[in-house]
Amino acid sequence: MQPSDTQDPAYFHKVVDCQWACPAHTPVPEYIRLIAAGRYGDAYMVNWRANVFPGILGRICDRPCEPACRRSRVEVSNGNTPEPVAICRLKRVAADLKDDIRAYLPTPAARKNGKRVACVGAGPASLAVARDLAPLGYAITIFEADAKAGGFMRTQVPRFRLPEEVIDEETGYIFTFNVEFVNNRRIDSMKALLTEGYDAVFVGSGAPRGRDLDIPGRREAAAHIHVGIDWLASVYFGHVSNVGRRVIVLGGGNTAMDCCRSARRLGGEDVKVIVRSGFAQMKASPWEKEDAMHEGIPILNDHVPKSFVHENGRLVGMIFEKIYAEYDVNGRRALIPTGEPEVYFDCDEVLIAVGQENAFPWIERDIGIAFDARSNMPIVNKTTLQASLPKVFFGGDAAFGPKNIITAVAHGHEAALSIDRMLNGEDVTQRPPPLTHVVSQKMGIHEWSYDNNVSLDARSKVPWVDAAKALKSIRLEVELGFNADTAWKEAQRCLNCDVQTVFTDRLCIECDACVDICPMDCLTLAPNADETELRQRLSAQALNTEQSLFVSGALKTQRVMVKDEDVCLHCGLCAERCPTGAWDMQKFLLEMSHAGDGCANTAAKKAAA
Amino acid sequence: MTYIAKPKLHHPHLTCNAIGFTRRDYEGKISTLCAGCGHDSISAAIIHACWELSIEPHRIAKLSGIGCSSKTPDYFLGQSHGFNTVHGRMPSVLTGANLANRKLFYLGVSGDGDSASIGIGQLVHAIRRGVRMVYIVENNGVYGLTKGQFSATADQGSVSKKGARNTDVPLDLVGLAMHLGASFVARSFSGDKHQLIPLIKAAIAHKGTAFIDVVSPCVTFNNHAGSTKSYEYVREHNDAVNPFDYIAPRAPITVDYAPGEVVDVQMHDGSLLRLRKLDTNYDPSDRAAAISYVHTQQLRGEIVTGLLYVDADSHDLHQHLNTVAVPLNTLTAKDLSPGKATLDKINAALR
Repeated sequence: MQPSDTQDPAYFHKVVDCQWACPAHTPVPEYIRLIAAGRYGDAYMVNWRANVFPGILGRICDRPCEPACRRSRVEVSNGNTPEPVAICRLKRVAADLKDDIRAYLPTPAARKNGKRVACVGAGPASLAVARDLAPLGYAITIFEADAKAGGFMRTQVPRFRLPEEVIDEETGYIFTFNVEFVNNRRIDSMKALLTEGYDAVFVGSGAPRGRDLDIPGRREAAAHIHVGIDWLASVYFGHVSNVGRRVIVLGGGNTAMDCCRSARRLGGEDVKVIVRSGFAQMKASPWEKEDAMHEGIPILNDHVPKSFVHENGRLVGMIFEKIYAEYDVNGRRALIPTGEPEVYFDCDEVLIAVGQENAFPWIERDIGIAFDARSNMPIVNKTTLQASLPKVFFGGDAAFGPKNIITAVAHGHEAALSIDRMLNGEDVTQRPPPLTHVVSQKMGIHEWSYDNNVSLDARSKVPWVDAAKALKSIRLEVELGFNADTAWKEAQRCLNCDVQTVFTDRLCIECDACVDICPMDCLTLAPNADETELRQRLSAQALNTEQSLFVSGALKTQRVMVKDEDVCLHCGLCAERCPTGAWDMQKFLLEMSHAGDGCANTAAKKAAA
Repeated sequence: MTYIAKPKLHHPHLTCNAIGFTRRDYEGKISTLCAGCGHDSISAAIIHACWELSIEPHRIAKLSGIGCSSKTPDYFLGQSHGFNTVHGRMPSVLTGANLANRKLFYLGVSGDGDSASIGIGQLVHAIRRGVRMVYIVENNGVYGLTKGQFSATADQGSVSKKGARNTDVPLDLVGLAMHLGASFVARSFSGDKHQLIPLIKAAIAHKGTAFIDVVSPCVTFNNHAGSTKSYEYVREHNDAVNPFDYIAPRAPITVDYAPGEVVDVQMHDGSLLRLRKLDTNYDPSDRAAAISYVHTQQLRGEIVTGLLYVDADSHDLHQHLNTVAVPLNTLTAKDLSPGKATLDKINAALR
């Protein structure tokens, strides 16, 4: 193999599994260390720069970081069930325990730069665009159909998972940058908006239409059948304050989980979730399924809804067919009836949460914004988020269909960068590289400026309010969050994957000390070979090909140092046992370039100079 | 040295040996030696060898004297028996322990100071008597604990870190061991585990005195230009006579060589040493030739490594003394005091 190119920012970035998995590339180990040090405000700001809504995401993020966490790979056979670091819960700790951080926020631009940007919808994507562009002097106008900002986070996510004051606080920070907020105004014509002379338009209007279920009885029993996301919004606005005693929730995503748990709190005593797919295949996050079941809500899988049963215009129950899933060679799923008799469940009310759709009836098709004929979705560049009409950008669920909040934030950052480059006359397809800092952590012969002693503790559980109390209120937050002590304990489980093992081949004397000490057997001195062979030949076979092998240049004996990045604990023992300093522990901090950062706009700046 | 303990987490695919232990179960405390010390590699090789042989840790006794090398038993086999003796007195304590309990495997770990200076009289007689043990000398040619003076094994003409030249004639430990009748004599290098691990395994299986001289660079005081025991010098002058495979009893023999390329040595426990011949006609069963070869190569500045001499038909002290077959602590009062009839018989035999 060729020597690994650790100068490429992607090499070390990939080692930091959590940050690599995060759509906004939040520097997770960095803020976890700050939490362990009690520097909650600093931890919050590391988050805020990357993901804008630490308090909100610390409660309801989809957490792609956690399945990626290395801890869940190395705890195997450690006696405990392997579990990732509770990254999301720690994020919330930063938000909960911080002091006033307003002094650290960017100051509003002293002078406007004369450019005007309109954002459609005040959800996370638009707010991220405003956060990035307003401090640079752009005049941002956000149009929102509802009274308050937040979009899906405010109107669909139930209050017992996300308190209103958290949304108020974090959306409020963005409005301190002199962002114009036009509420209660639904944009119903893109053509008209474009005539208002904005230099750029960002569409962050979400995927607002809940999919319906057109099966017999739907129309006749309509009074007691609701589309999930609309019903959740009605609950938020107070239009709905109770629900029938027996409720069926159809669907297996996170919205279905929010619906069933809300129904439990509004008087539903017999609430069940019924889903077409298998239990494991459900779209809902595993922890959301657990939370629902914890509240006494059964989940029945492999049931396809056939019809609504009604008597005199009143819903009385539903009929389902039992199926099993079969996958063809291409992995396509077919639902095959088991042949068992149909199943009937009594119910008074049904909530349909079987998916969301994008809808752009308000974008005229003759104004230069190309749409895909099949999906009826706008054609958007995946990197720049630019539409075929150059001044229009899409982000969040509006861009590529329903995803999640953290993806919407990442889109917002990228779109803001595109807008900034476009309006500075730069090529939007040229993306500035991320900002990276690599600093040695060595303080003494065996002292490091990070805590390299690996904790063996199992993942801490987050405390809940008393279940009986929780089910009485639609607003009482269920999860209490970690206190400072638990947060410290959980933070110690983090392996500091951003503290990289950096190898200098010309210093190595091949004494084997690092190979001997490595607790994970991830180091080997071996003759070079191609990757497949090398992976077999290491001290412990490196079978996880998603993780890199580090390969050094040739050493004095013509062998190479090979490191399997998969299971490294970043304990630093290789560097401690190295007599020549060939191994060093260096902190790699990567921050994505946002609009206005560092080298961005150099061309424009040069042109102006 | 290192402050933190080695994390207990281990590779998810770490395997167990025949008796259900992982390699990590054979480790000891974290080393307090200098970073990069060759001795730590020898500890790692001992851990590997014992794990691969599936020896129950409680069936091993590790004994040592004083010195950097003699500290190492703390860093491997943490669940085995151990004894740190007075400087240079490991061989006699080991001999006593061995006579008291012949069912244990004895691992004597010593250094060039402990064995070639203060303890040389002990070394000589333990080998002469044929005490069954693995005697490992972690040989770095300097007194590391007292800041790098030449030891008795430093080569004539080699230069200390301070620049002084050694004028004394070195003690050749493997030559000495062969002269004294050790039935298994080997030399190896801490930086070559492929050679060292099978050697330790074969030495443990050997019935008799197994002596291994391991050149182990002192990274702090003897790893510079002018040293003949540095990583670089040993790698350049390593004359490995016979790479070999240790094949456990009843294990399928998977290593295949053309006839004439290998020499098989059958051990007492049924295990097999399969030696690969290199370009020399080196015969490890010919003691006189081995002594001569090692000596000739030493004069050329070459360090001969590998299994230098083995007597497959060896005997040990217990056979010489015709001792009881069981550990002394398992003998009952009835065994020790067999009664008047037996006493009369003995007395009659002496008349």
